[in-house]
Amino acid sequence: MVVFDKPKALTDIPFHYCPGCTHGIVHRLVAEVIDELNIEGDTIGIAPVGCSVFAYNYFGCDCIEAPHGRAPALATGVKRALPDKYVFTYQGDGDLAAIGTCETVHSSARGENITIIFINNCVYGMTGGQMAPTTLLGQVTTTSPYGRKKEIQGSPIRVCEMLSTLDGVAYAERVAVDCVKNVRAAKKAIKKAFTLQGEKKGLTIVEVLSTCPTNWGLSPEASLEWLRENSMKQYPLGVYKDVTAE
Amino acid sequence: MAKKVLMKGNEALAEAAIRSGCRLFFGYPITPQTELSEYLAKNMPKVDGLCLQAESEIAAINMVLGAASTGARVFTSSSSPGISLKSEGISYIVGSDLPCVIINVQRGGPGLGGIQPAQQDYYQATKALGHGDMHFIVLAPAYVQEMATLVGEAFDLADIYRMPVMILADGALGQMMEPVDFEAKRQRVLPEKTWATTGHGGKRPHNIVNSLYINPDELERIILERYERYKEIEEKEVLFDTYMADDADILIVSYGITARIAKTAINMAREKGIKVGLFRPITLWPYPSKQLAEYADKVNAFLSLEMNMGQMTDDVKVATSCKKPVYHYGRTGGVIPTPDEVLEQIVKISEGGAK
Amino acid sequence: MKNLLLAGFGGQGILFAGKQLALAGMEADKHISWLPSYGPEMRGGTANCSVIISDEPIGSPLVTKPDILIAMNGPSFDKFIDKVVPGGIVLVDSSLVSQKTDRTDITVVYIPATVMANENDLVGGANVIMLGQLMKVSKLFDFDFFVECVVGETAKKKPKLAENNKKALNLGYNF
Repeated sequence: MVVFDKPKALTDIPFHYCPGCTHGIVHRLVAEVIDELNIEGDTIGIAPVGCSVFAYNYFGCDCIEAPHGRAPALATGVKRALPDKYVFTYQGDGDLAAIGTCETVHSSARGENITIIFINNCVYGMTGGQMAPTTLLGQVTTTSPYGRKKEIQGSPIRVCEMLSTLDGVAYAERVAVDCVKNVRAAKKAIKKAFTLQGEKKGLTIVEVLSTCPTNWGLSPEASLEWLRENSMKQYPLGVYKDVTAE
Repeated sequence: MAKKVLMKGNEALAEAAIRSGCRLFFGYPITPQTELSEYLAKNMPKVDGLCLQAESEIAAINMVLGAASTGARVFTSSSSPGISLKSEGISYIVGSDLPCVIINVQRGGPGLGGIQPAQQDYYQATKALGHGDMHFIVLAPAYVQEMATLVGEAFDLADIYRMPVMILADGALGQMMEPVDFEAKRQRVLPEKTWATTGHGGKRPHNIVNSLYINPDELERIILERYERYKEIEEKEVLFDTYMADDADILIVSYGITARIAKTAINMAREKGIKVGLFRPITLWPYPSKQLAEYADKVNAFLSLEMNMGQMTDDVKVATSCKKPVYHYGRTGGVIPTPDEVLEQIVKISEGGAK
Repeated sequence: MKNLLLAGFGGQGILFAGKQLALAGMEADKHISWLPSYGPEMRGGTANCSVIISDEPIGSPLVTKPDILIAMNGPSFDKFIDKVVPGGIVLVDSSLVSQKTDRTDITVVYIPATVMANENDLVGGANVIMLGQLMKVSKLFDFDFFVECVVGETAKKKPKLAENNKKALNLGYNF
């Protein structure tokens, strides 16, 4: 008999996320990995500013809430103080790839032994659907009401591709949580990221293509379809860096 | 007595931090405080410590936030424009009740300003270094020796009251050399850091370091608790110094490097028979208002002396309830006032002719 | 209390010379302070430093009216010569400063320190030659004590430098 159980590394506090949002899935995957590696007591999680700002309430490990975009800098401070603990940040696309680009790039360049869980849903969620650095060309948001135009707002940033050029990055993989197969692959990637962190290989990042039914104005199911039809074309899934494979 | 060493103020700050048990420094180069990080880059590795040059002042203060969350002693240092960049992180550190030490070796502003010594960040340090209802302790050394001593004190105060402590120095103090004795230090009892996010090890509920309270009643409660702590600090931790203040008709109020210029001018004025003294706040927050108020009935006038356009004048007026005239004299933009200029002001005030 | 001002070009060892005076003051159990001017350039430009040696705690560390001026270039001489207090001492590197002062209320020594340094295989040692002469005219410190202070600093790590400094001090003192 298979009993559906909550991972130990999640607290009993119910998630506040919108119906159909994939944050819940990713939280669960991170918690399952922490359980499987049996590292909850040795892990410090860092929550961002954005929809997942309350992640510190949901993860059972010690947690810190960071200023917008600064999670990798905090993670650097924590890891340098406690080099043998596991440190992960959980960040959205606005947090990581707009206001926090500098911290993201430089913690990667330094090869900080931290894991970044990067949620890419092509939009600012918490503030109500504004354009993100990852918003696709032509995508309508509240601050790109005529669709994102290359001439005006520039092109979206491919984070895994960009970071994989840096020597300090040990592992960069883009996954999605749109179907069972991909969810399983996502968990495998997250587990690998934490494992390589434990081996002090350098910075590990798992980019998770996610949905935002509320701000996309679609049903949860239609959102998954939209992700496959649009996000995945701009952001192909795959391993962009893996020092253990070289 | 321990042997004294001749050191730059910036180096003394750095060495004192190491001797205070601090093993983590995150900074970004800026004139005129760069010797501090250079000293640490050389000497931190010798004690298994870390001096990490961040990609920006913003990153540096957030590394401090992260390291402070683990309960480790940590500090950062910058000069005026860099401190402005750190102000976001500082507000978060205050809001998260984290201890750390922040050093500001001030230079001229606003904007890129200049690189010569200034005291133009008084308002910023004492009134508004970050958004929200907040304070933190601000210490203003006037001697290289005091820079060293106050660093030790700053780390202890930060740990006891769980807040950042700023050392507000200036380019002259940072660059000048004086003999330092590192043995002189007050011993304090420090609380255990049970709140730190070090990994719970399965032995306690998870700790959360956070400044977000979405329920306004809860946020208000947290702020009120913090202000109770501020009240305690105002009662217990005020520091100040005086020089020839007992019989003074005119009292100069001045801190940091300008307080020393005041001393020289006071000696010159006393030779002319003018009774002038010095009141030197060492804690700029909490301001030694009560102690300064005691002079309001004794002296004829106050002269607030700073290297700015008069940022402390209001604090002197409030402390003394405007019982006596409060004059300001200062040079700004990186110009250091000379004792002669200060003497001229003293003479004018004594003749009732100052503005 | 002695207020000293040392001034010249960046790279002449002005700050180093000032530091030697400060160190000697510290060894002699005096209150001392050393305050450099600093600018955006790493090399070149003007450099000066204020050194105060006193029996009392030091107030302002900035020397505006020196008892002793060491001027190692023309602009420094022009800028500070009139600031020297009556009865003060001025040492001028006459290899680089062609000006003379009309002042009769101060003691002025013109010493071709840079030329002397170059002729004695002590390139860059003009600053220390000036210090040697300073000990003679000012009696600020006992000469042997001062030599020990300057040389003691470097004797172990850089014996060649220590030897050169000793030579330069003697050259200056015996000028």
